[in-house]
Amino acid sequence: MKVGVLAVQGDFDAHRKRLEELGAEVVLVRKPEQLDEIAGLVLPGGESGAILRILGERGVEKLKQFVRRKPAFGTCAGAILLAKEITNPEQPGLGALDIRIRRNAYGRQIDSSIREGRLGSAPLEMVFIRAPKIERVGPGLEVLATEGKDPVAVRQGKTMAATFHPELSDDTRMHQEFLKLIGNGHN
Amino acid sequence: MSQDKGNGLRLKIGLAEMLKGGVIMDVTNAEQATIAEQAGAVAVMALERVPAQIRAEGGVARMASPKKIREIMDAVSIPVMAKCRIGHFAEAQILEELGVDYIDESEVLTPADEAHHVDKHAFTVPFVCGARNLGEALRRIAEGAAMIRTKGEAGTGDVVHAVKHMRQIISQIRELTVLGEEELYARAKNLQAPYELVRLVAKAGKLPVPNFSAGGIATPADASLVMQLGAESVFVGSGIFMKDSTSFADPADAERRARAIVRATTHYQDPKVLLEVSSDVPSAMKGLAVGAMDEAQMLQTRGW
Repeated sequence: MKVGVLAVQGDFDAHRKRLEELGAEVVLVRKPEQLDEIAGLVLPGGESGAILRILGERGVEKLKQFVRRKPAFGTCAGAILLAKEITNPEQPGLGALDIRIRRNAYGRQIDSSIREGRLGSAPLEMVFIRAPKIERVGPGLEVLATEGKDPVAVRQGKTMAATFHPELSDDTRMHQEFLKLIGNGHN
Repeated sequence: MSQDKGNGLRLKIGLAEMLKGGVIMDVTNAEQATIAEQAGAVAVMALERVPAQIRAEGGVARMASPKKIREIMDAVSIPVMAKCRIGHFAEAQILEELGVDYIDESEVLTPADEAHHVDKHAFTVPFVCGARNLGEALRRIAEGAAMIRTKGEAGTGDVVHAVKHMRQIISQIRELTVLGEEELYARAKNLQAPYELVRLVAKAGKLPVPNFSAGGIATPADASLVMQLGAESVFVGSGIFMKDSTSFADPADAERRARAIVRATTHYQDPKVLLEVSSDVPSAMKGLAVGAMDEAQMLQTRGW
């Protein structure tokens, strides 16, 4: 089973390492046609606007079709890309998650932080870097993790997203969750 | 300001991780910053003058005015970096208060201290510093830099020293990985770098912070070259917005150059894409050949 990591720009290498540690065969996806060979895709942290622009119209369209059919997991910028509605500023999204997400919602880099949140009821370290906030969660979405009162990881069918960076912590639970999703016949 | 070397450092390096595989562009106003963002830059460096202008005009080069930086921060949603002079911790304090996302303690500006760099651990905002070799890189990391970039020779459009410095750092790292434990002490002394960091690099085979390239990158092929040599991202200074050392390029040309360099950085291993973007791009800045320069004219020798 091959798992893709979108490697247009961002911390794709941290995701690659984590997925390989967990036994997955990883493909770094730079071109749309590579999407045909993978069972699921991680969209890493980075700059969401830059990733959209580098992908171009054709790339975005192909990605949209992919996330409609196959499992996807976005962290930070990846979560922004997967969302239906994006603010601060408005930008187009892939529409795979019925959420409204606000970019740079905590402020600038000096407001970045490492906090303890909850994955279900268990504690989880969360690294927030110029992170977005989920401002609206649509019906039928499952909130996987919270920090304070804020939902910070959600799932809708085969699509997962976290506003923090599990790839920058030692804890592997979020990635395991995603690999389970791929294994559960969603491919 | 915080003294946190644990989680604080993780957050600083974390932002550098997010910039990997991208292009960071020098800009001098809101219009250029917007062009950079639209072209797919992952961050911009807010400056009063780009290095080519500083080189041509001379005088003392200082931190950009906060008003100018603020104008650029307001214009874009990507991270904004700004430069302070080497050792000028008061400029750095002002930039941190302003809220810039990264500070470049840069040899492009006129140094403020002939012996000391800024104690970067004392800041919450992350720092990037230039280096020509492994020893210099590790000294900056010891002081708290969360990102290293090669110095190259800024403002020339000549990639030769960006290549030289990247090759030097990578080959010195490679050497460390085959040394015996007992040899690392002497090597640390030779490198003039802390033993603990030398040992860390010897074990990991890479720097403990991201290693980017800067200083003379002017074309999509230049970006691909330094990425293939091991750079994890590319800083492009004068190469996008300058026509020559003193005049700006036409904004439409600058935008095409910016887009081409961004695509070349993502697809740095793909000659097909490189050919495509290189065919499209308007001619690069005129530039200055580093080989014909005196050492006194070089910016890279600043820093200790």
